[in-house]
Amino acid sequence: MWSYVFKRLLHMIPLLLGVSLLTFLLMSLAPGDYFTALSQNPQISQETIIHLKAQFHLDQPWYVQYFYWFKSVLHGDFGYSMAYKIPATSLIVQRLWNTFLLSFLALIIAWGIAIPLGIWAAVKKDSWIDRACSLIAFVGLSVPDVLLSLLALWFAAATGWFPVGGAQSALYDFMSPAQQFWDRAHHLILPAIVLAASDLAGIMRRMRSCLLDTLRADYVTAARARGLGEGWVIYKHALRNAINPLLTIFGYSLAALLSGAFIVENIMAWPGLGRLTMEAFFAKDSYLVVDCVVMATGLLVIGNFIADLLLAWSDPRIRLK
Amino acid sequence: MNEIATIQNPTAEQPLSPWQLFWRRLKQRRIAMVGGVILVVLYLVALFAGFVAPYSYDRQDRDRFFHPPTCPRLSGFRLVILRYEQLPGTFVYRAVLNDTKPIHFFVRGDKYKLFGLVPATIHLFGTGDENHPVYLLGTDQFGRDVLSRLLYGSQISLSIGVVGILLSFTFGMIIGGIAGYFSGWTDTVIMRLCELIMSIPALYLIISLRATFPPGMSSSQVYAMIIIILSFIGWASMARVIRGMTLSLREQQYVLAARALGQTHLKVIVRHILPNTFSYVIVAATLSVPYYILGEVVLSFLGVGIQEPNASWGNMLTAAQNTEYLRNYPWLLAPGAAIFVTVLAFNFLGDGLRDAADTKS
Amino acid sequence: MNLLEIKNLKMDFGAGPEALRAVDGVSLTIGTGETVCLVGESGCGKTVTALSIARLVPTPPANYVGGEILLNGRDVLKMSNGELRDIRGGVVSYVFQEPGASLNPVFRVGNQIKESLKLHKPEKATNEEVIRLLKLVGIPAPESRIKNYPFELSGGMQQRVVIAMALASEPKLLVADEPTTALDVTIQAQILELLHDLKQRLGMAILLITHNLGIVGDMADRVAVMYAGQIVELSPAKELLRRPLHPYTKALMNAVPKLAGGANRLSAIPGNVPRIGNFPPGCRFAPRCPIAKSECSEKIPELVEIEPGRFVRCPFWK
Repeated sequence: MWSYVFKRLLHMIPLLLGVSLLTFLLMSLAPGDYFTALSQNPQISQETIIHLKAQFHLDQPWYVQYFYWFKSVLHGDFGYSMAYKIPATSLIVQRLWNTFLLSFLALIIAWGIAIPLGIWAAVKKDSWIDRACSLIAFVGLSVPDVLLSLLALWFAAATGWFPVGGAQSALYDFMSPAQQFWDRAHHLILPAIVLAASDLAGIMRRMRSCLLDTLRADYVTAARARGLGEGWVIYKHALRNAINPLLTIFGYSLAALLSGAFIVENIMAWPGLGRLTMEAFFAKDSYLVVDCVVMATGLLVIGNFIADLLLAWSDPRIRLK
Repeated sequence: MNEIATIQNPTAEQPLSPWQLFWRRLKQRRIAMVGGVILVVLYLVALFAGFVAPYSYDRQDRDRFFHPPTCPRLSGFRLVILRYEQLPGTFVYRAVLNDTKPIHFFVRGDKYKLFGLVPATIHLFGTGDENHPVYLLGTDQFGRDVLSRLLYGSQISLSIGVVGILLSFTFGMIIGGIAGYFSGWTDTVIMRLCELIMSIPALYLIISLRATFPPGMSSSQVYAMIIIILSFIGWASMARVIRGMTLSLREQQYVLAARALGQTHLKVIVRHILPNTFSYVIVAATLSVPYYILGEVVLSFLGVGIQEPNASWGNMLTAAQNTEYLRNYPWLLAPGAAIFVTVLAFNFLGDGLRDAADTKS
Repeated sequence: MNLLEIKNLKMDFGAGPEALRAVDGVSLTIGTGETVCLVGESGCGKTVTALSIARLVPTPPANYVGGEILLNGRDVLKMSNGELRDIRGGVVSYVFQEPGASLNPVFRVGNQIKESLKLHKPEKATNEEVIRLLKLVGIPAPESRIKNYPFELSGGMQQRVVIAMALASEPKLLVADEPTTALDVTIQAQILELLHDLKQRLGMAILLITHNLGIVGDMADRVAVMYAGQIVELSPAKELLRRPLHPYTKALMNAVPKLAGGANRLSAIPGNVPRIGNFPPGCRFAPRCPIAKSECSEKIPELVEIEPGRFVRCPFWK
């Protein structure tokens, strides 16, 4: 098993490298840069611009720029954000943490609701519960994130129960730690629910179909034939096997969450990585965009890695080979 | 031998071809047929958008910003529409009773080009009177009819889905077929590339790709750009699956037979291997179109896709992001409902296709 | 009192006018320590009949519309869930066709056997007992085997483990549904020998389901031949093999290729087995029967006892 883990880890490094290279290349193809707008400003002299450009290596070909970028990243320094005028590292770390919080909470909500519902629907196949779950799943799968976020915004504005965007209130700094915690939670909950909602439907359907498939297997009939009670058969024998295919879609779930977070962050003004990417995009801050994309990819790759670990641990066929 | 044995063979049936079987199974799934019908209607309406829409997409009615939806009523046997009056200083409108105008069908209205080619002025319905407009879904912040913009927008959003899929899946199938068929280095390189592309969360990649295009482009250029971007994301996952299927398909006897007859590699891939993946591809395509439509919607929504004054479901929703607008003028969310119905219909159809193709159940 | 008495069992799939009858009036008895072979082609209803003994066929879609299944005198079809759980494993155990599929892939073999023990013989739920059982079924080095996962064992070993699991609860009747079909021929012989051996040692009754007449001679005391949901011949094994009576049985025996005899072509039975719901009127074998007469298609023949212990469903067996 450890060789499996080690191989997967080794695999991640060239992947992240490749992604950073690709993104860098794409950004270098972008016409104009941050200084294009600046050079329109008559108050800034041409020399200043040339000087600044040289400082950020923006006058060099893209592979040279990449080299410098890579070198500083290895030192944990993500460069300097020209748009925000602060070192990019602290900006990115903070936004990354926010995106992670949002995605993690959404993950827990989505899986926490979907798995029990899926099991229930499978066990009570063809009952009204099953049909209701199917319907909710279908509708849930079809509602686009964009619409759901907008509806959530409308809901928040109309009822006033939830804040309309942001991660903390204006008076955050004056609150006690406990109040700060609740304030953040209050801001986090609606975006997290919106994000979880679209994923939930798909997971629930998969859980139901995986469990139904497993219940048809021979070893389930054999277990019943040995006289095991129905509950024991379902929850110990069948479920344990049905979980495995779900762990494989855990990775896809994560990818969908991170993409979905992009939308939710931008619409509901949650200050995460997705929102930062758009801000950097509009400011033509290429380095920052690259940093964001690499960070998001890193999150996804690590998430997949954890999913693979879980799968390997859960399925002895993988663990022992 | 025995006559009875030969005459009376109760198990002999005329076998159906796989396609006929598939079609029959599909027809039995009512939900799928409902989805299919909805989609046919949507695409037909989109095709004739200029005709069905009462107004042009950029026609501004400066006296009627944020006009609420007007519902036609029955007066005797005719459909009539009421005139609404604006309360001064607000965007609130009150209906003026008894001031109605009948709705006619096949009226003359704004100029448009049917299918983008044929100039015409006949619209499906309207009153022909500027003071009695038919705003079935109200107007937006520029006084433009939401329904008309919705219809014109459907042309873009719906077509991008289909064209994008065609492009990326064709590309993905060929690349995947090549990778699986030839194995070795070709396979490794292609698969690593696919993995790379698939490791980046979709929207981040989309934005990066968007950045490589200049900001000011003509609308047709923007349209092509969106298709290129979305296809770039989509081909990788299709290539991976097709590659997996090819790996097992190429061991089939008929592939060996084709090679023994002297077929070139490319012909073998295209004529023998890929057609066997069609049942998967069709299902995957149907279920993926919504993602392409949503990709365009998000791009346009964020302001980096289809630009004003052109209408797309995405950029129509941008106005709805303003919570004031949202609370007071909820009809601005109509494009969201349209997207929902479209995605739902595709999901219904795709699910039905998947069940019909699944010969195990 | 017989261990198992199936009396005129009728079972449908589905209900109402679209119901398909899978088991049509099957009667069978098995005495203590007896081995009965149930022979027939795929789709004749033998597996469903066997699964019905412990009511393992899910209802819906199945529907028992007639008959009784008396296990030790009590009707299985009327038992409560609790009583069913007691007889499953306790009185009747199953061995299925695909050994790998009968074992849960994510649990160790030893634990799966112990689970059975805990249920029916909790005082014996120990590693020693598991090892003893594995030795009983002829698995070498059982102490190390109990920690294995199913995928680490060969097909033959897996089947032995399944048999061990079935025996753990000391059943009176072992139902083996094509236990060797999925295995290599040499392993087949080993497994059958094991079953034979166990039967002698434990005095267990066996219901062996197979489509392979070759097995019947070695194993069976009595044979029941099934076709299209009905039993067409029932007789002691030696008698049946020496002198088959029903045309279907005769055709099955002819279809077994023989090395000696100078025949040039394999004799196959013409036509196809009728599918459920498509049964011909009258005798179901008539369309394929070499000696069928016109009255065969009018009325289903009765199962008649022509000699003590020999039953045949054909008026023209002579």
